[in-house]
Formats: sequence, structure tokens, C-alpha cells
Amino acid sequence: MPADARVSRRDFLKTGTTLGAGLTIAFYVPPRLLARFGQTTADPADLAPNGWVHIGTDGVVTVTVDKSEMGQGVTTAYLMLIAEELEVDPTTVRVGPTPENPAGWTRRMGTGGSSSVRSSYDILRKAGAAAREMLVAAAAQQWGISPDACRAERGMVIETAGKRKIAYGRLVTRAATLPVPADPTLKDAKDFRVLGTRVRRFDTPVKVNGTAHFGIDVRVPGMLYASIERSPVFGGAAKHVDDTTAKSAPGVRHVTVLEWSPDDTKAARMETSVAVVADRYWQALTARRTLGIDWAERPPTSLDSPAITAKFAGLAQQPGVRARVEGDAAAAIATVAKKVEAVYEVPYLAHAAMEPMNCTASVRSDGCDVWVSTQNQSATQRIAAQVAGLPVDRVRVHTTYLGGGFGRRSETDFVAEAVRLSKEVGAPVQVIWTREDDIRHDFYRPATYNRLVGGLDAGGNPVVWTHHIVGASISLSKHQALENGIDGSLVEGAANLPYAIPNILVEQTAVDLPVPCGYWRSVGSSHNAYVTESFFDELARAGGKDPYELRRVLLRDQPRLLAVLDLAADRAGWGKPLPEGRHRGIAVAEAFGSYVAEVVEITLADDGKCRVHRVVCAVDCGPTVNPDTIEAQMQGGIVYGLSAALYGEITIEGGRARQGNFNDYPVVRMNEMPRIEVYIIPSTQKQGGIGEPGVPPIAPAVANAILSATGSPVRQLPMVQNGRSRIAMK
Amino acid sequence: MSVYVLVVNGHRQSVDASPDTPLLWVVRDNLNLTGTKFGCGVALCGACTVHLDGTPVRSCSTTVAQAAGKRITTIEGLSSDVGHRLQDAWIAEEVPQCGYCQSGQLMSAAALLTTNPKPSDADIDQAMSGNICRCGTYQRIRHAIHRAAGTEVTDAR
Repeated sequence: MPADARVSRRDFLKTGTTLGAGLTIAFYVPPRLLARFGQTTADPADLAPNGWVHIGTDGVVTVTVDKSEMGQGVTTAYLMLIAEELEVDPTTVRVGPTPENPAGWTRRMGTGGSSSVRSSYDILRKAGAAAREMLVAAAAQQWGISPDACRAERGMVIETAGKRKIAYGRLVTRAATLPVPADPTLKDAKDFRVLGTRVRRFDTPVKVNGTAHFGIDVRVPGMLYASIERSPVFGGAAKHVDDTTAKSAPGVRHVTVLEWSPDDTKAARMETSVAVVADRYWQALTARRTLGIDWAERPPTSLDSPAITAKFAGLAQQPGVRARVEGDAAAAIATVAKKVEAVYEVPYLAHAAMEPMNCTASVRSDGCDVWVSTQNQSATQRIAAQVAGLPVDRVRVHTTYLGGGFGRRSETDFVAEAVRLSKEVGAPVQVIWTREDDIRHDFYRPATYNRLVGGLDAGGNPVVWTHHIVGASISLSKHQALENGIDGSLVEGAANLPYAIPNILVEQTAVDLPVPCGYWRSVGSSHNAYVTESFFDELARAGGKDPYELRRVLLRDQPRLLAVLDLAADRAGWGKPLPEGRHRGIAVAEAFGSYVAEVVEITLADDGKCRVHRVVCAVDCGPTVNPDTIEAQMQGGIVYGLSAALYGEITIEGGRARQGNFNDYPVVRMNEMPRIEVYIIPSTQKQGGIGEPGVPPIAPAVANAILSATGSPVRQLPMVQNGRSRIAMK
Repeated sequence: MSVYVLVVNGHRQSVDASPDTPLLWVVRDNLNLTGTKFGCGVALCGACTVHLDGTPVRSCSTTVAQAAGKRITTIEGLSSDVGHRLQDAWIAEEVPQCGYCQSGQLMSAAALLTTNPKPSDADIDQAMSGNICRCGTYQRIRHAIHRAAGTEVTDAR
């Protein structure tokens, strides 16, 4: 496998966020290069100053969106960024094809880390501004006046002091002959007409009439369907396969055993699987169910959740690798007036995107096409090339809409399967996973075990904070080296504890287990914010402090967190009386460069089941592109995090995942949906992401409301297990 | 394999399928109407909701044999006045995120408004809790149903 296929999420994020330094390179993709991979008509009469913008002689503006649309609104955001600088109505802008040759594109193609807008805010604006300056220069040339005497507005160049105006379409041919400005001038934020407004989402109309095409909707002439039985035990192998019945079932064309080489497994699955390929999907699935497979009994069949917990608990007694050291926690703890100790546990989680994993591939001797709802086009192209045995640039990746991503679609296991099958059967193949396949063969959010010790001074103020995170490691699971012994994603949201506590020690023990792990919406912050923010409320309670007021004091050096905290508390009416039986909880988190506070109102039923009635969310994500999208992402993150906090748990039994569908992996439904209010802080500070930061504060906000209601902390998730609440009622 | 005559979105079509084939896969694969989505396969998520003689059913758990001879309506055929009002409301409220579950959500909502033109929040909870949305668009769905019904949004929870 090429070395760059192992680019970690960390590297990816670094690249994504440092592009600003190389703007002129990053935003300029020569149109000739684009033409070579079939992206534009490359009509010399049109204006295509860079790879992002194309303007035809009819004035139609087409924008390249190189990110995956999974509901986070990136398409609309990208149109808005270019439309702003180009001075056109964003609702008239069209979206061109997603680049199909990631290796030939200007930057790595993938969507994750809540990075799409913050990595591209200036790149796209410069791309639009370059086109605008060329159009203005063309008009000035035509009129024989200085460009300074012209301005661009609503798709036209206008002579500022006169009456002349000309539409972009009539300028593009002349503009295309002019030099592309290397460093075009960006608009001042006070002149924005588009950014910060509620521009209608580009993709809504096709999503209300059934015409939006997802990966599972791809239809290729001659396509066969595949359903695959994978070893239920992670990494398991097949000893014997009886496919007699399956092979003679109606419509079945092939039954194929898929085994993966050690190289493949870095991007594919570890376990052996058996694929049934048929004319119709239902035929493939029913024939699959007749397979008689004797799975070889080999480790990790003895692996189960209690054993994992015991292993974690043992490791938590030993020193970990230090991820953060402030002061001298070991010495200071001996002098504190009060000590609080706790163990917090979180389970493995599946992503459970609504669209089950699927991929369609067509491998021929001269090339390969892959149609897929993916968050990771670059890795898709590389793994497809590797499995097909073709050069990377012979693979075309066709990106569809994604029926949810949440990090699951940054993996490529389903791509490897489709490519391998298409190559073996000599026809296009669409692999469709069942929901059970999806939940039992995920790359799970790691389970963690957390040992915390806090110390309070005589005034009840926290002066010592120690946190040892023992957990399954995404990096180790993906055969990636740790940086100085640290898996960054395991400590994010914990090592950066924002509170002004003089003695802090955060340690980490990353454990390599046979359970595949991956990135789950908000990654480390999804579990660490729950642990740290819940334990914070335990300390506040032990010290007799109001959890909001104590946060205010200890966030004194964190103005952005303090501002969202105050805003959420104010809008939620913190401290004001609630109806009988209702309780509030509050939590904050910084994640992916954004700052979020959430206040919840809950009630508890007699059986300990928690009902969340209201969530007040305040967010500072820096400059706003589309406030409606920010609200939607906060709402979505809260629901995603709430489902996990209340119900989400993958338990390991006999080396396999026990849960399989929405009956035993329940999620929040309409009847449990709280009222959510989102407040956005107007901000000109550094931009953060919005796809993930809504998730982290919700679990601890709910846990803290329960602590307030019952006096007992919630130290283990999910709150409801097998239909029974873990909350002990007074 | 047997031949079934289906009336889908007002069109009479014959399909060749085994009797146990779920209507979902007949609609998607035989008839190429891909707006109806596969989500769970066992009637737990509602992504595959269609109307059978006007009643919402989970097409993943309804066989082609059961559907034969009945009027089948999919998202592509949601042409009633109620359906259009809902689609307009979905756009006005910017409901969809990923959009994958929205065909099923709309089919459930259309069935609700057909039988109950002025639903309360409790009615909406009752009618819509079989449809999962992992993007968490429930609040906007609720608002959109009220908008289409002309009823007031209280958000009392």
C-alpha cells in the first residue's frame, strides 16, 4: 500500500487546517489539469481561472465541491463562499461533478474532522475573488477605463460613475485571456451580502421527492448485487464453506470466499467473508442465509466486555503515559482538604448511519469505476487501485450523496469488497450491507475506563485534577504509530481540560484489542467531555458550589467558553425555579475549534428513566457562513449524542458484537425529541467546525441534571441498558 | 419466480419475483424507484415506508405477494395535495440533512395528515416515532408537519 494511504486523521486535519499558508498553490488548480480528468468542458471561450469556479458564456457559474455532502450542508456553504466574492446570487450557482480522480486533485479528498469550511474559507473566497477581478478587468479593458472605476454586483460589472453595465457571460471570453491574479483582494466582512445569511440549502429539493441519489441508488448496466457473510468473530477465518444450496438458488451467479492479505487489512476488514453475487439483491441475501460456514475457532473468541473492563481496570492502577502535566498533582493531593475519587466507563459505539454501507464497483482490464457514498475519496481510490491491481489514476471515484457518515464512511472496507468482487466475477457489482452487517462489523467508537481523583481546598475550590484514560485505541487498531506513546484521539477533550486548576495530571493508556475502532462523530471528545464535565460537577457538589458559577470562575482565562457558558445559562434561565420534578444540568466543551455550552431540563420517571425536555445550546464557531446550517448541526449533534448517552452500547461477547439492529441498538425517536434552542455567538475569531462540536456536551449535561436530581453521579453509559435504567432513584 | 401485477403510483406494472420478496426490493430493483430506502430490513426504522391503499406500511416487511392488487404509492408518486404541502413545508423548514430517511418520513407524515388534518404534538409523536432519523431532524419534521397542517408550533415538551 502506498505510504500516504496511512495518513492518519491527525495528519489529515493538520493538512486541512494549514492550507492557509499555501493559498496561492492551494486555490489555483490549472484548468488544463482539470480538463485532463474530465471535470470541465475546458471551452477556451469560458472563464475557469482555477479548479473551483467555471463561468460559461451564458453566465452560468458552476462551482466544484470536493467534499462529501452527508447532510452537514457543505455544498451550500461552498457555493456561498464563492458567490460572496464573485458577487452572484448563490441560489443561481450550479454544482459541478465532484472530482473523480482524487490523486490529480489539488488536495487530499476526504471529509471529516469538522474541517470543510475552516480549511477552505479563504481558499474558496480567493477562488471567487480571482474570477471577479478578471471579469472586472475585462470590462474595464472593453470600456477603456481603469478597473478601479468599475465594480461587480449581482452577476454584472458596473461602471461606478456611469451607466454602463455588462453581464458576466458577455465578459468571460475576454476575461479568460487575462492573467489570473495571484493574490486577489477579499471583501471586507462588513460588505458581505451572502455569508451570515440563511441561504436555502442546495440539496433540499431532491431530498423531499426521492430523486437524491445515494450510493445504494447507483444503477450500472449489467450490475449484479452482492450480500456478504462476514466472520462474526473479529478477524475470524472460515474453515469450511458449504455453498451447495446457495449456488443453486435462483439468480445466484457466484459464491466467493474473500480473504484479505495483511496489506489489505489496513484498509479492508480483517475477517474472512463469503459473498453471494446474484441478479437481484433479495436473491443474494436469501441465498446467503443458506450458506453453511464452519468458522475456524481462533482468538479472539474468548474476548468479551467484562474481560475488557477487567483489563482496563488493571491498567488504570498502573501509571499511564502523561498527556498533560500542570503543577504537581501527586504532591498537592496530599495536602487537599477533600478528595473525590471516581471511575467512569463508556462503551463501544456503532455509527448506525441510516444508509447501510454499500459500494458499487466496475473493474475492467483498463480501469475501474467506483460509485460510493464515501467520506474518503483519496483512500477509496488507493484501496480500489490496490485491490484491482491497477495504477491509482486508472480508478475513477464517483461520489454520491451520503446517507449519513458520522466517521464510518471514512473507512474503505466496503470499497475493497466491491472492487474485489467485480474483479473476480467480471461484471459491475453492488455490495449492500444489511443493518446487522453494519452494526456488527463497524469500526467502533472506543470503549474507555477512566480513573479520576480530584482535590478541593478548604474553600471547596478544585486544586488537583488527575485523570487516567485507559481505552481502546483507534491508532493501534489502524496499525498507526502513537506519537510519544499518545493516541491523540483518545485524549482529545481531556488533555485540553479548560479549567484553571493549578495541579493537573492527565495520563493515557492506549490498548490494542481485536475490536476494530474508528472515528465516531466528535471522536475523543464524545467520551472525554462526558467524563470530565460530569466529574467536574461531582467536584462542584463536593465543594458546595453551583456548577455554573464554579465553571465561570475556572473558565476565567477561556473567554470563548465563558461566553457560550453565560449565554446558554442565561437563555436557559439557570438558577430560576423549574416546575416540580424538573432538573437542570450544564456542560461545556471545546471541540474542533468551536466552543459549545448546553443546558438541559430533564425529569426522571419512577423507574429511573430520564426524559430530556429542553436543550439550550450556545455555540461560538467563529465567522458564520450559514446560521441555519449551524443550528441544524447543533440540533443533529445533540440528538446523536443523546442517543448514545441514553441507549448506545456495543457489547462484545465471544469476540463478536452482540447488537445488530435498532431493537438492541436503540436511538432517540420523535416521541423522545426534546425542544432544542440554538444561540450563535457573533464572532470574528478563529473559525471552528460545526459537524461534531454539538455532540460532546449533551451526555454530561444530562448526567449533571441527574446528579442534581438524585445526588448520585452517572458514572457509566449508557443510562438505559437492555431497557432498564441504570439511574438509582432515591 | 412468479409474475405479479402491481399498481404503483397509478401505473399497472408486472414484475417477476419470488413471492417472499419484500415490496421494498421489487420497487427499488425491479421498478427502479429508488426513492424508497432500505434502512433496517425488519420494520424498525421506517425508511422504506410506502402507502398500500393509502395506509403506511414498511415495504421491507411487506411481501410482493401481499402488495399485489393493492394501490401502492411511493415517494415518487406522492402527488396528493397533502403530499405537496408537506414537501413545500419540508423545504421551508429546511428539514433534511443527509436526506436518506426523508422519503419514509414524508410518507408517514402524509398518511398522518390524510387521517388527521390538524395533529397535535402527541399525534405527531405517535405517528412519526416509527421513523428514525440519525441526523436528528425530528424538531424540524414536527415544525414542518404543523406548517403543512396550518397548526401552531408550541414546542411544549
